Amino acid sequence: MMKLNAIENELLKNVADLHKIPSGAVNIRKNGEGVLRHSTANIEVRPKSDKPGIDVIVAPGTKNEAVHIPVMITMSGVIDVVYNTIIIGEGADVTVVAGCGIHNSGSEKSQHDGIHEIIVKKGARMRYIEKHYGEGEGSGTRVLNPQTLLIMEENSMAEMELVQIKGVDNTVRDTKAKLAEGASLIVTERLLTHGNQEAVSDMTIELNGKGANAQVISRSVAKDTSKQVFTPVVIARANSKGHVECDSIIMEQGKISSTPAITAEHPDAQLTHEAAIGRIAEEQLLKLMTLGLTEEEAEDVILRGFLQ
Amino acid sequence: MLKLESVDLNVSNGHEDFSILKGIDLELEDNKFYALTGPNGGGKTSLAKVIMGIYKNNKGKIFFDGLDITNLSITERAKAGISYAFQNPPRFKGMKIEELLKISADNNSLRARLRAVGLCPQDYLDRECDTSLSGGEMKRIELATVLSRPSKVVMYDEPEAGVDLWSFESLLQLIRNYHKKGNVISIVITHHERVLSLADEIILLADGKITERGPREKVLPLIQKESRCCWQANCGGNDDEIECY
Repeated sequence: MMKLNAIENELLKNVADLHKIPSGAVNIRKNGEGVLRHSTANIEVRPKSDKPGIDVIVAPGTKNEAVHIPVMITMSGVIDVVYNTIIIGEGADVTVVAGCGIHNSGSEKSQHDGIHEIIVKKGARMRYIEKHYGEGEGSGTRVLNPQTLLIMEENSMAEMELVQIKGVDNTVRDTKAKLAEGASLIVTERLLTHGNQEAVSDMTIELNGKGANAQVISRSVAKDTSKQVFTPVVIARANSKGHVECDSIIMEQGKISSTPAITAEHPDAQLTHEAAIGRIAEEQLLKLMTLGLTEEEAEDVILRGFLQ
Repeated sequence: MLKLESVDLNVSNGHEDFSILKGIDLELEDNKFYALTGPNGGGKTSLAKVIMGIYKNNKGKIFFDGLDITNLSITERAKAGISYAFQNPPRFKGMKIEELLKISADNNSLRARLRAVGLCPQDYLDRECDTSLSGGEMKRIELATVLSRPSKVVMYDEPEAGVDLWSFESLLQLIRNYHKKGNVISIVITHHERVLSLADEIILLADGKITERGPREKVLPLIQKESRCCWQANCGGNDDEIECY
């Protein structure tokens, strides 16, 4: 059994809530190489033959199982590009925990570009959690550029939780989803940037079948001189429903641009969007201070609630 | 004891200054239950906010148990035992009621705190303090956060606002029970006759000044008289008179 050192333990805890190596299906990738791989009776994890990356095949009808596919980068100067394909079989109900942690203590850039294709077959349900985390005392930047293409077949359901709370210097996130008849998708995105960090998130969700339903809920905080740009787009091509919500807090000199867009290409489409950017409301700070918190403690409590 | 000496509060809207509180002198004694009342815009909320430190008075001094607290921050005043229940409590997107309560209550008493304000803990602990809650629900949660703290001065800003009449009596009972624990000054900003009739003393604030103050037996009739049309004395005529003279 593979042993983890302290840095690796910390990264896995932050990106996948893992305190030890999980017993179920798993693939751990470190510094551009698969270091641990394990399949179960229902979930097969196998390396791709033509390019770096893995295929995760969940058998139809698999229930209440999880697969962990975290990525760690612990060396400075690593550029890791990986292609993963995840197929959730018909009627299955599983959780996929992805995520990437970078510990960069050197002076060179460390980067991970995860390119994912996820297919959720008819009637299947998937919960997908992707956390990004960076640390390390070096001057080398930590860069994460995930690309996800999600194909949702008839009456499938997916919940995606995309989180980046700490330590990633630069991120360009590109998420695309195509929903067939009766498919239902909820994407929650939570992002906090600080220092000089920059984050860009583009999202395109196509509602291609009757009764498809998508909700995008984005909450973000930009501190210091960090910058964020959000462009979530929902396109309805059938009698379907979509809602996009972008809610952001700016602090210090943080900058955020938020452009939710909705496009209806069917007369029965129902689409809504809302976006808000502002400082923490004064009244909220005052209320918590009257309970004995300092201004800094009050800010912290408000941000934690907002981002959870 | 809480003491205000010649307290002035002015606010500016960018173009001109408005005088909100004008030379307030006030002494409030321990273990007394005060009702602070008066017309809208008279300065009641501003007075409470000045005591809490949310507004800084431009002139005058505030003493609490002999200590000059004029320059203390909100946090320092809160830690010294001053509490204020907001008239319009703010909402917090994403924050669960449980987390808000935990700031002032210990983990074991959260459920009891919610039950006390008439909210089922099972239904509410996990809910977010956002716009999905009604005004009345927020007022109850506000009361729960304040009554969880050990305070020596508690100011309640229109606790009746937004709360249905049927349950206001039980909330009022909570406020009274907290008061009865002793060693506390309670100040209720209110227009509610029931609260006024329970107060040891009524303070009438109008146009930034204390215009009347005294035991309820003395002040209550004055307020009742002011708020009524004394047509029979002034103009004469019957109940169904169609014109005023």
